[in-house]
Formats: sequence, C-alpha cells, structure tokens
Amino acid sequence: MPNKLTPRQELSRRTRRGFIGLGAGAVVAAAGWKWLNHGYEAGEDIPGPLRSALHFNERVARNTLFSHGHLAKTYPASAIGNIKVNGLDGMDDEDFDPDKWTLSVARLSGGEPLKLDLDDLKSLPRHEEIIDFKCVEGWSTVTQFAGARLSDFTAKFAPGSEKAGYVSMMTPGEGYYVGLDMPSALHPQTLLAWEMNGEPLTDDHGAPLRLCIPVKYGIKNIKRIGSIAWQEKEPADYWCERGYDFYAGL
Amino acid sequence: MMTLIEKHKFFTRWCHWVNFPLLTVMIFSGMLIYWAYDPYRVGAGDITLFHFFPQWFYEATGIEHQLARGMAIHFAIAWLFALNGIAYVIYTLVSGEWRELLPERKSFREALQVAKHDMGFRVPLPPQGRYNAAQRISYTAIVLMGGASLLTGLSIYKPAQLHWLTAMFGGYEWARFEHFWLTMGYVAFFVVHIAQVIRAGWANFRSMVSGYDLAEIEERKPAVESAHAE
Repeated sequence: MPNKLTPRQELSRRTRRGFIGLGAGAVVAAAGWKWLNHGYEAGEDIPGPLRSALHFNERVARNTLFSHGHLAKTYPASAIGNIKVNGLDGMDDEDFDPDKWTLSVARLSGGEPLKLDLDDLKSLPRHEEIIDFKCVEGWSTVTQFAGARLSDFTAKFAPGSEKAGYVSMMTPGEGYYVGLDMPSALHPQTLLAWEMNGEPLTDDHGAPLRLCIPVKYGIKNIKRIGSIAWQEKEPADYWCERGYDFYAGL
Repeated sequence: MMTLIEKHKFFTRWCHWVNFPLLTVMIFSGMLIYWAYDPYRVGAGDITLFHFFPQWFYEATGIEHQLARGMAIHFAIAWLFALNGIAYVIYTLVSGEWRELLPERKSFREALQVAKHDMGFRVPLPPQGRYNAAQRISYTAIVLMGGASLLTGLSIYKPAQLHWLTAMFGGYEWARFEHFWLTMGYVAFFVVHIAQVIRAGWANFRSMVSGYDLAEIEERKPAVESAHAE
C-alpha cells in the first residue's frame, strides 16, 4: 500500500501543515499590525485605519447606546472633590479681558452672529448638577457645575439650529476648539456653565463661561467659550487633530 | 502499535492561536492607556512595595506619551478579541467540549495534587482526561476572566450609557481597577502557561499546532473481541 501513510508520517504531515498555517498567520498578523500603525508619529493624528475604527465605534454608540434618557450618574455634595487644572490650551492670549467678554453665536440659518453676555445666559432656567468629571487620561473628580442647558440656550437664541448635525465651540482666540454631535449637545445634562463647586468659575477653570458635558470626556468640556456655531459637517476639534476620538462619548 | 489520536479540534486551535496576538495587542495598547494615569501599586498606607509601573519600565518599553494611539488601537482590536472569545465559547457549548473543560467537583482536590506533583513533590497524578484538574480550573478561569475584561472594559468605555453595568462593578474607578488586575492575571497566567508547556514537552506543543498526537494501542485479539461483542 504505497499511498497509505504510517501514523508517524501522518503526524509529520499534519504538524508541517500546522506550522505552515501558524507561520502564515504570523505573517498576516504582522502585516495587519503594520497597516494599522502605518505612518504613526507621536503627537500627530492617528493612522487612517484607526481613525476609521473610531468612526465605526461612534456610529455603533450613536445608533445603539446613546439616549437622552441615559444620564451620567450624579452625586451628593459631600462627594465633591478638588478638581485639578489640567490643561490651559487656547487660554494663553494675553489681551483677553473677561469684563469685555461676549459670546458670539452663529446660527445654522446664517446671518450676523448674535453677541450675548452672561446676563443673557442667566435669563435661561438655571440647572445644577454634581457629576463625575472624567478626564481622557483616566482620572475623574466629582464636581458641581451650574448654568443653563445648551438645549434651552439653542431653543431661545438659535431656534431651528437643533436641526444641524454638529455644534462647534471655540475659545475667543480660537486656540482651543471642540466639535459636538447634536444629540450629545442637546443632552439634558449638557450645560453652558458659569459656576463650579458653588463659586463663579475661576480663570483657570474657564471663566466666564465653559461647557459641562458629562456624556463626554473632559477634552470636550471647553473652557472660556468665545463662540458657538451650528453646522452640518463635523467641526474642527483640537484633540481629534492630535489623534483622539472625535466622538469621545461616555 | 502506534496510532494517531486527535487532541485538539481545529476550531479550538484556531481560537487559541488567534487569541494570542489579539490579547498581546490588547495588553500593549492597554499599557499605553494606563501610562496616562497610573495610580495602582502594591502596598499599604505610605509604604509602596511596587508601583505599577516604575519609570525604568516605561522607558525600557517605550510606551510613554501614546494615550491617543493606545485608545484607538484598544477600541479597534477589542472587537476582534471579543468576537474570537465569543466564538470559542459558543463552539465549546455547541460541540459539548465544555464537558472536558469545566471543573468537576473532584477537580479542586485533584488540582492540588497536580500542583504538588508539578512542584516536584512525590505525589501520584490522578487519572486525567483531555485536561487535568488544574487545567480545567485555569482554562475555565481564563475564559471567565476574558468575559470579565470585556464587561469591565465596557463599564469604563461607556459609563454614562451603560451606567447599570458600571454600577455592577462598583463604579467607574473600581471598574478600571478590576480591568487592570484582570490584565495582571493574564500576565501571570502566561508565565505559568509557558513554563508548563515547556515542561510538558514537544509532543504536547505539537498537538496544539497539528491537533494530533501518537498513542500506543494494544494489539487486538480478534477472537476475544468478537466474543465480548456477543
């Protein structure tokens, strides 16, 4: 029986086949890893395939998880911690004068941007929340914020702009800027805040007005907002340009 | 006389070997993320026996300042890691192989004997099936740990949308702590696993690649066999 292999020969054949498969798999895995990371440089935007994966995850989260009924956990006042000043990007323009600050509001319909001051904002219903502020680095601190809901703000000062896909917010000098998807922007816990831990905002924490958006990482909670604009396409985003997820949703 | 016996099904081997690079990438990218906030240590009060991780470790591994990349890799490859793990669990359930994998009541007693034997004590090994008692326990545990890693990971990833899940693991900070220590568990498993594979020898390793091993079978005595069959 010339074609019949002995068990030993059969095992050798299967072992050879197994190792060839393993080797081929290793080559595929190495090539996949190279493709995924191709062109990566520290501090720069991430490679295309990784960006696509983040966009895919964003679609999944928006279509299957996100809901205005899903609230970030809130805490009693006794849980409030001492939040650190972690980033001052976009807050280094020396000619910024908080007393002359106005908020520029560009509506989806176009036209001349509105100029608002803090009293205009305070005419809206006041909301307070004590939430766990989560930094993208991994730490979190329970913090109280008070201000007006961005949804109320939009309804009063930019009615119809809710139909936009996104909202963009920038510091007065445009050194820091975030883009928000509209469902997250209109979430009931998303506040334009002028108060933190029972006190008016300090300069380092974004006086006179900052964003509190507990369904996002801290990087989206822009300090010292100078302008708000509603738009259809994904806005420029400071940390997205530096490799982070645009959505950054919790 | 030697005959060929099947030790590991193709699907088991596939999941095992695919899981290896995926878990490696998950641990690597997890380290890139952990570096950005690295509070865990072994110690009590002011005394720290070991900080995860010392500066020399970060420098030696070159993982500093890559949080954005780490997150992107982690959240991309997590899909493949999860799918491969879920596929394995479904396969094990459907094929009935779980019967050879799950610990039995006697496994916990026997595992002690296996451990003593492996550490060099003169203890006889209990009779074994495909997996010995220690293997049943550790291989089942590693699959459960994989599930726990997925769930604690989701708790950290979407603590607002999945607040009930995050609450189940004791909150956001606890979930991150548990996620970290599960990973340390994989590293410990890996060290023991490799040591055991080395001492088990070539035929054992070969069976995880080829699926087969040789076994001695007794010469059959046809007359007796047929008499028994009556």
